[in-house]
Amino acid sequence: MTQDAPRVGAVTGPDDDLMVVAENVHKSFGRLHVLRGIDLEVRRGEVMCVVGPSGSGKSTFLRCVNHLEKINMGRLWVNGHLMGYRQKRGKLHELHDSQVAQQRRGIGMVFQNFNLFPHMSVLGNVMEAPVQVKREKRAGARETALHLLERVGLADKAGSFPRQLSGGQQQRVAIARALAMRPELMLFDEPTSALDPELVGEVLDVMKDLARDGMTMIVVTHEMGFAREVGDSLVFMDEGVVVESGEPRQVLANPLHERTRAFLSKVL
Amino acid sequence: MNTGSDSTRSPKAPAAETDSSGTIKAVPVRYPWRWATAAVLLVLACMLVNMLVTNEKFDWPFLFSKMFSEPVLIGVRTTLILTVLSMVIGIVIGIIAAIMRLSANPVLVGVGWLYTWFFRAVPRLVLCVLFGNVGILYTNLEFGLPFDNYWMPLLGIDGDARFYSIPMNDLLTPFMAAILALSLSEGAYMAEIVRAGLLSVDKGQTEAAQALGMSRTKVLRRITLPQALRVIVPPTGNEATAMLKDTSLVSAIPLTTELFFQLRAIGNSTFNLFPMLVAACLWYLAITSLLMAGQYFLERSFTRGDRQAMAGVKMTQSRTGN
Ligand SMILES: Nc1ncnc2c1ncn2[C@@H]1O[C@H](COP(=O)(O)OP(=O)(O)OP(=O)(O)O)[C@@H](O)[C@H]1O
Ligand SMILES: [Mg+2]
Repeated sequence: MTQDAPRVGAVTGPDDDLMVVAENVHKSFGRLHVLRGIDLEVRRGEVMCVVGPSGSGKSTFLRCVNHLEKINMGRLWVNGHLMGYRQKRGKLHELHDSQVAQQRRGIGMVFQNFNLFPHMSVLGNVMEAPVQVKREKRAGARETALHLLERVGLADKAGSFPRQLSGGQQQRVAIARALAMRPELMLFDEPTSALDPELVGEVLDVMKDLARDGMTMIVVTHEMGFAREVGDSLVFMDEGVVVESGEPRQVLANPLHERTRAFLSKVL
Repeated sequence: MNTGSDSTRSPKAPAAETDSSGTIKAVPVRYPWRWATAAVLLVLACMLVNMLVTNEKFDWPFLFSKMFSEPVLIGVRTTLILTVLSMVIGIVIGIIAAIMRLSANPVLVGVGWLYTWFFRAVPRLVLCVLFGNVGILYTNLEFGLPFDNYWMPLLGIDGDARFYSIPMNDLLTPFMAAILALSLSEGAYMAEIVRAGLLSVDKGQTEAAQALGMSRTKVLRRITLPQALRVIVPPTGNEATAMLKDTSLVSAIPLTTELFFQLRAIGNSTFNLFPMLVAACLWYLAITSLLMAGQYFLERSFTRGDRQAMAGVKMTQSRTGN
């Protein structure tokens, strides 16, 4: 199943400058082979945009990065840590549930459907993980949360419940909730796809702001304008492999592969 | 709203059928059958009241003199205690069994399934009689190392490996047997209710919580279970009313301080049974009504967040609409 470690002492990862390293990542659901050997590197501070047709495995790859899905083959490092496993004397050992949870703390994730906790207020949503997971004091967590809500422009909504907010507001709360854990990497899975067109901008603005602050981000998106403006790199995925990657303007203007060209002609 | 201003269909301005503010004044539709059925029901109700008052078999003075006598009040107390204790223990067992059945551990899944299967299959009355007679199996309940009577002689050791012993009759009083039978049975039903509640929570909730670094137990306690309560609480109220009535089964253990047994005993000894049966109906009616009122307020408090949110949405809608 798994190959030998490509490098010795790989526990601390291949390169300090790299936030995410994927090597030959494969993932199957039963007989459905979704990821067929993904090789990727994301530097610290890089904003990587991922595009590709529906079903090409973009979400699946993102979920592998924080180990919501177990990979079947290959290796995946985040911030120098092998996700979900520990390598000991040439053998891979699965990590315990709580250790995986520990690894996920440094990775924020934003979902297409927001997935806010409906039984908690906006403030409660943002405070939940710092208080429950990091065991921060309530007062301190509250201050941080209010600060983050201000940053996403929702300081006045702290006491509201998720259902009282528009989609764009909910997604901004979701971003604040992820940021509350002070992640070093943020994963966005089509964060604006469920939004009305006039609400897309407010979410993208928050994401641009994050990118300017040097956050490392992997963004699955159909917003080519965002990719062109903010992205440091663009990856085109199809049928579980990376077909083409490079500087966004370059890829969008002169796609090298026929498949990329066909896809871009449909979405641009 | 644009009522009355829609002039494309009725070019002439409406006159007689509306008042000055435009509100419609029209002759309402008549419903003669409503009046007919109401009249029939009124006659039937009068006949019922007449029977209740004039038929001496009801013996109202006797009924009310006995309904609040001491043994009956003790019966009411026992019935209430049994209901509350069995429900509380049943809910706890139900939550544990539901979590077992949804866990990733196949042993726990199997045990949880076996438990719900057995206790939902056997009638409560049978369980009551069964637990009333468990004392037959052992006269003493003893704690120690298992199968000591086999391996101790083999090793050549005298005596036994039992540290603590209590007589079964002290432990398994009729009251304990009643609690065991009712709560174990209730736990099996509650397990199904809790399981359905947990499954009703969107999977995205678990994923979002996991992505924040929450452990499995924390996700369950902070995210999934609180949201499942909205689905769990209404049927649990029904279970409580059913439990109240099923406490009348424990006289088969026999636990005789229970309400229905007491009333029947009075009826039998005074050769005036029927009024006591009516008294039982009245007592159960009264307590069930109290339970239903409690259920109403409990459900209201669990959907409060929703109603506030709904009110908020309506407000913003009407604001943006104007
Ligand atoms: N949990 C799962 N079980 C079985 N199949 C799955 C599961 N998750 C994803 N798949 C399948 O894997 C394939 C890739 O799905 P994925 O969600 O990664 O695609 P995607 O590129 O994100 O597409 P989209 O743009 O529509 O979101 C799809 O065929 C999907 O049906
Ligand atoms: Mg997707």
